[in-house]
Amino acid sequence: MTTDPKALPGADPHTGNRDIDPVTGYDTTGHDWGGIRELNTPFPKVALIALVITVVYSIIAWILLPAWPLGRDYTRGLLGLDQNEMAMESLGRVETRRETWLAAFDDPDFDAIAADEALMARARPAAERLYQDNCAACHGTEGMGGPGFPVLSDDYWLWGGDPETIATTLQVGINATHPDTRWAQMPAFDWMERSDRHALAGYVSDLSGGRADHDGPAAVLFEENCVACHGERGRGGLMNGAPALTDDAVIYGQDEASVMDTLRNGRQGLMPYWSDRLSDAEINLLAVYVAGLGDDTTGGTP
Amino acid sequence: MIATLTLRERRIGLGLSVALAVLGLAMAAAARTGPMAVHGGMALILGLVLIFAIGGALYDHPEQGEDRLTRYYDAPTRFGIVMTLIWAVIGMGVGVWLAALMYWPEATPPWPATSFGRLRPVHTSGVIFGFGGNALIATSFWVLQRTSRARLADAVSPWVVLIGYNLFCLWAASGYLMGSTQSKEYAEPEWYADIWLTIVWVTYFVLYIRTLARRAEPHIYVANWYYMAFILVVALLHIVNNLALPVSWTGAESFPVWAGVQDAMIQWWYGHNAVAFFLTAGFLGMLYYFLPVRAQRPIWSYRLSILSFWGIVFFYMWAGSHHLHYTALPYWVQTLGMTFSVMLLVPSWASAGNAIATLNGAWHKVRDDATLRFMFVAAVFYGLSTFEGSFLAIRPVNSLSHYTDWTVGHVHSGTLGWVAMIVFGAIYTLVPRLSGRDTMAWPKAIEWHFWLAVAGTLVYVVALWNAGITQGLMWRAYDENGALSYSFIQSVEAMLPYYAARTLGGTLFLAGAVLCALNCRATMRTAGDRVDATDRPLAAQPAE
Ligand code: HEC
Ligand code: HEC
Repeated sequence: MTTDPKALPGADPHTGNRDIDPVTGYDTTGHDWGGIRELNTPFPKVALIALVITVVYSIIAWILLPAWPLGRDYTRGLLGLDQNEMAMESLGRVETRRETWLAAFDDPDFDAIAADEALMARARPAAERLYQDNCAACHGTEGMGGPGFPVLSDDYWLWGGDPETIATTLQVGINATHPDTRWAQMPAFDWMERSDRHALAGYVSDLSGGRADHDGPAAVLFEENCVACHGERGRGGLMNGAPALTDDAVIYGQDEASVMDTLRNGRQGLMPYWSDRLSDAEINLLAVYVAGLGDDTTGGTP
Repeated sequence: MIATLTLRERRIGLGLSVALAVLGLAMAAAARTGPMAVHGGMALILGLVLIFAIGGALYDHPEQGEDRLTRYYDAPTRFGIVMTLIWAVIGMGVGVWLAALMYWPEATPPWPATSFGRLRPVHTSGVIFGFGGNALIATSFWVLQRTSRARLADAVSPWVVLIGYNLFCLWAASGYLMGSTQSKEYAEPEWYADIWLTIVWVTYFVLYIRTLARRAEPHIYVANWYYMAFILVVALLHIVNNLALPVSWTGAESFPVWAGVQDAMIQWWYGHNAVAFFLTAGFLGMLYYFLPVRAQRPIWSYRLSILSFWGIVFFYMWAGSHHLHYTALPYWVQTLGMTFSVMLLVPSWASAGNAIATLNGAWHKVRDDATLRFMFVAAVFYGLSTFEGSFLAIRPVNSLSHYTDWTVGHVHSGTLGWVAMIVFGAIYTLVPRLSGRDTMAWPKAIEWHFWLAVAGTLVYVVALWNAGITQGLMWRAYDENGALSYSFIQSVEAMLPYYAARTLGGTLFLAGAVLCALNCRATMRTAGDRVDATDRPLAAQPAE
């Protein structure tokens, strides 16, 4: 490269001066791209200093933390940190804090627990979070259920509403993949004459209002096909997963159209099992919580 | 378009259109059903339309004389700008609709095609590739010719690039609606669309290099370095991340060749560098041209340009792993991603600072000229969002921000505040020139657009900062008994006011974009005959 200022691009061949920008006082580099020019501004010091600071920060991080690969290994860093260990440690810290009260739920005497106001006061917020994070998506934020998902805040139960039974339901699920899962199937009656299904649907939808005619042909059909699971006159109470049909609690709907649907296609709701996602103590805690959900609701008729 | 081609070029165009129609027919016939068949049908229709358009007008126009070489070739730029505006309205419109759905999910219509999951990539691809990509290609042709003082190397390939690229965008958006996706963020389109884009992109690269080789200026201007980096690196990223084995040659499904954590790393190496080289390098090229031209000022520092170019190109390549902090990705990779992200800050700020310092001596113009103000605000938001980016890449900070709406806020401070603002600045500079006029048809509307855009961006970004930090704090809070303080659904409920505000911000921004599109339409429809005698290639001029 030439050092002769007169030979530099854009320099005046006589004086060696390049265009000076009147605003900043810097000369230009002499390049011109269809009217765009550049100033020959010296490199700003702050930019260099900032660059050095960020590089120093990085080098310190590389020395302290795991950073550079070395074949199959990597530099471990002076602090010897490992993200798995760190995650497990902080998880362990919260768990220890929880254990101080959660241990009481390991092998619970449910009656004693429900009576222990101080314990329940500590446990209730945790139960509430567990319920909202795991169950509310299906059973509703306040246990009010929805089409296909039973209400948990009333006094009508498929399997039983005491904490022990609920805990078992949670452990094994209903129609779930657990080997000991609870099993409940409403078979499809699609083989039955449509007119018979119609008669049954009318009968069943009248059951809950107490208006059903127990001497008609539909009652006979019901007697023959349904009582084994739904109990005499649909009163339920067998705690085999089949709901009573005489009350006003419904899962899918007890109007004629819904019952026709139920009879034609059958029903088999799925409640996942929780024993591999929640600890025994957490399940017991939830069982107590769910059993108590109905207590403070006044809506349902007993 | 057709009138600007020579007879020979029209014949080549006709041949290519036939090839496109045949390709479409072959795809549709081979696939029979599903997205690939629909996409084949689209290519077939486009090919037929082009055949009739070109074939029907083959001899209608007077032959282009040699004097065309004394002018720049701006018809493709004009088409690209039109497509930019169309995609802006589509992409941002879908974005606002999705923002509203997050506030009011019950409004989701009951069809699969309109579900949130299918519409979301229509928004992201629509704005990034449809709006951003068309703007980049259109302006790159303009800038390349002006700063090289040379006409585009030929007249057919710019059309291949633009039409082919928009077919890709259309395939992408319509494919998502049909549920066709590789589930890689920002790289959703399936294998055949990826191959198609590769062909288009290579054509683009070759055209760029050939034109650059004809330049009449001894040096290559910074803007061109950035556009080149954009074209080259996007090709590399696109190919590596999309390597996949089709399940069959006649269907739209495929499996990526990458698996597990390597797949995640490749994906975010791609994803982050798409931000770097698509959403940053290309738009810096735009900034480096339109800002000094509009401000009539020289670039403040040549040296700073060099530092920031090489710094950005080098450091960005390593930063992708900061998207995978606290995951199965090994700790050491995260450390590297974090440190390179921090070092990236200085080159980024060097660019932003260089742009703002270039306005020295032109501040009165910034005050009076909304177009230049767009560019100024773009540079400011570029500085802000790159600072935020480096900050969020620091691992402990990321533990708060990760998976929250803060990330979404950060992205939009970059895309609305920086990318879209510089595009609007460039459009308002370009469209009058493309239409042979001194000004836009409705100069007042630019001012309105500016304030709508700034207000929309601020409302959006501030709402999501609050949203994200709230979420992060709620998710990590434990009470004194070791139980989570909040359930997840509570953190969702807490978002309602922010999601409402975000929808409002997006609506303001969209309104500005619509105004811009209408303004451009009015301007293009009332074209003048102003010609700038100095605005022509150097090489073709008689020797002095
Ligand atoms: C995927 C949806 C789903 C989730 C999540 C779910 N459940 Fe269920 N649950 C069901 C369905 C469906 C049934 C009814 C099964 C049937 O129809 O036989 C049910 C039944 C029950 C029952 C039996 C009710 C009775 O009357 O005997 C209890 C108790 C219960 N769930 C509690 C819970 C709890 C506690 C959780 C959270 C840990 C939970 N469920 C999570 C779907 C769900
Ligand atoms: C093998 C046992 C069994 C038989 C037999 C049976 N059911 Fe059921 N039924 C069930 C079970 C279990 C459920 C709950 C299914 C669920 O929750 O998914 C059910 C649910 C129903 C429901 C829905 C209740 C609601 O709340 O939505 C109706 C209605 C019904 N059965 C009617 C009948 C009628 C009518 C018959 C006779 C034709 C009959 N069932 C025979 C087991 C049976």
